[in-house]
Amino acid sequence: MASVNRPNKQQNHPLDDLIRKDRIPHIWCPGCGIGTIFASCLTAIKECVATGKNGFDLDKFVMVSGIGCSGRAAGYVKLDSFHTTHGRAIPFATGLKLANRDLNVIVFSGDGDLFAIGGNHFIHAARRNINITVICVNNLNYGMTGGQVAATTPYNAKTTTTPAGNAENPFSLPLLAYASGATYVARWTMLHTRDLTVSINEALSKKGFSFIEVLSPCPVNYGRRNKEKPLETLKLYQEKSIIKNGADPSELDIDMEKGIILGKFVDIDKPTHSEKYDKLYRIE
Amino acid sequence: MTENTTESRVLTGEHFMTGDIACAEGALAAGCRFFGGYPITPATEIAEQISLRLPRVGGTFIQMEDEIAALTSVLGASWAGLKSMTATSGPGFSLMMEAIGLGLCTETPCVIVNVQRAGPSTGLPTQGAQADMMQARWGSHGDYEIIVLAPSSPQEIFYQTITAFNLSETFRLPVIIMTDEIVGHMSEKVIIPEAGKIETVNRLRPKGRKDRFKLFEPDPNGVALMPAAGDGYKIHVTGLTHDEKGYPVMTVEAQAEMMARLTGKIRNNIDRIIQTEELFLDDAEIVFISYGVSSRTCLEAMAMARSKGIRAGFLRLITIWPFPDDQIRALAKRVKALITVEINLGQIHREVKRCAEGKAPAYLVGHPGGTVIPPERVLAMAEEVL
Amino acid sequence: MEFWRIPFDANEIDITLGEVYILDDRCKGCGYCIEFCPRQVLQISDKFNKKGYHPPVVVNPESCVNCHYCEVICAEFAIYSVEAVSCPNKN
Repeated sequence: MASVNRPNKQQNHPLDDLIRKDRIPHIWCPGCGIGTIFASCLTAIKECVATGKNGFDLDKFVMVSGIGCSGRAAGYVKLDSFHTTHGRAIPFATGLKLANRDLNVIVFSGDGDLFAIGGNHFIHAARRNINITVICVNNLNYGMTGGQVAATTPYNAKTTTTPAGNAENPFSLPLLAYASGATYVARWTMLHTRDLTVSINEALSKKGFSFIEVLSPCPVNYGRRNKEKPLETLKLYQEKSIIKNGADPSELDIDMEKGIILGKFVDIDKPTHSEKYDKLYRIE
Repeated sequence: MTENTTESRVLTGEHFMTGDIACAEGALAAGCRFFGGYPITPATEIAEQISLRLPRVGGTFIQMEDEIAALTSVLGASWAGLKSMTATSGPGFSLMMEAIGLGLCTETPCVIVNVQRAGPSTGLPTQGAQADMMQARWGSHGDYEIIVLAPSSPQEIFYQTITAFNLSETFRLPVIIMTDEIVGHMSEKVIIPEAGKIETVNRLRPKGRKDRFKLFEPDPNGVALMPAAGDGYKIHVTGLTHDEKGYPVMTVEAQAEMMARLTGKIRNNIDRIIQTEELFLDDAEIVFISYGVSSRTCLEAMAMARSKGIRAGFLRLITIWPFPDDQIRALAKRVKALITVEINLGQIHREVKRCAEGKAPAYLVGHPGGTVIPPERVLAMAEEVL
Repeated sequence: MEFWRIPFDANEIDITLGEVYILDDRCKGCGYCIEFCPRQVLQISDKFNKKGYHPPVVVNPESCVNCHYCEVICAEFAIYSVEAVSCPNKN
């Protein structure tokens, strides 16, 4: 065993320079995955800036959130950050990006915000190929309001508004993103945080509308009602996930019996909204 | 149209144009560089005109998927540093209400045009009304102060659109222009001056130390400096109740402080904001009060009354909100009656009545919407009450 | 480290060693870092932090290989590892 020289002075957390330390601790519950996904996003931003590729500049990164637990992310990041109205993070981000193309705009929000109340904005931003990155923390329910059914809640799952089980079927988010025209689509869980960081880095570097779904436990609201302790949820992620890059987007339904398919499903190049707009409208 | 353009953004010269087109041209002259729109009769022509003109001056037009997205994109563009606007009519205006609240809470300059049509619901889409006046004041949730202008001709729409941008940039809030289908679609002479003769105001941007900057710390006018995203200030903007730093604070005290800032900057600057036009008020025994297209009814009614020996005067409201309380209080003390003329069933009339405080009787010549009010009805009311 | 079979170049391989730091008062006690540490470096402690949670404590410091997994799984910015400077003498 090698002997170890222990640095005796405690340093700062490596991400302290990217968080508003005066606002920590954040509001997320013990066992919630949002903080992990948020940290992964910050690491990816840091890596992008460190490499200096694409002229990445920390001052030009902007985070936009909607409403909900994940929507609070904008309040903790030490970047220009906007906490908007419920469901409207994407149109706000669209305005920011079209008004200043030098900005790297990240939308960080939850499944209820982005896909129920904001679902229409999502498909249209993807269709237009607005050059932004959307990260969706999918915890399968509305956490902030106490655990109601969402557009992503699995069939038969218990929530406060589906006390006998969810009678509806959930969206497959990667399929929706693919069908709407996103140029980059991936899915990870908060346990796969390293893959997630690489993926966010790729998405930020991607020209066009990029989308990453990240599964996250909501122990207090979803887990409790569906007999899942936080560590059990993570074990499920570990045991039931199959990494299958390039998987057919139509086969990505979340089914814990069959297994959850993770990976990068779409990575294509096509002109962005701004490029097409310039070509048609800014002819000198 | 005479294309006598001194600067591409300003269509200097004499034109024959509709109110909607004049609105688009006014926006360009004011320095608007982003328009997020959604089609709706009778406001669509504003978006059509600006979709053609904006990219030629370096701006961006986008037709969003609904009015919620339209106004929200406008707020985003404003935070990226551009003067931004949207235009709509009743049903779309209703959809924008939540985003108006975000704009007010986050002190985001922008301009919203409502070319009013008769409602409720789909109502009479192609026919005018003035029935969204209270919605413009109180439509969003929570308490607030807002600035609302009501021009009455295409020429005035041109100028008031510029004023709306200037006020929104000065006081950092959404400013609403309430026109109507009739003025929006009527064609009249519009004279557009040279670019150099148009006064435009730009928001004040901070320069000093970035680490000490407070996003909502008011200057002596009660308005904070506004950086743009990407300027390096690392701002946090939220629709939650926030302190001067912009951080959410969930306390009764923080709410009271924020509300004092949001309302104070308007209430303490009322003299700089309110515009009215007074005609023959000096000797008036009866005063017509109106705005927008109905002021044209009042002008005619006043001429008819004067020719019959009735000493009628006219107070034309250009700024609707904040309401010119003091002016109407003073009038009520010295005239025999106030008659409000508007294409609704008595919205501004209630305000006039409130300000008259029983000092003078207040009457309404209203209309459920779809057409202009004939001046004869106003004259008949004047004759009846005197 | 225990090997099922000792690699021929075991003596030449320099295994990175890590040093774990815990910001006790940021911890909310989810236990993810403890559960998913591949080297069982951490254990839940008996002490309470300011918020009343039990933060983890390092029980096997010499086992840490600075993989940073505790750092990246932590939702609270409460734990991280740095590379420990190892002495050149290998056995």
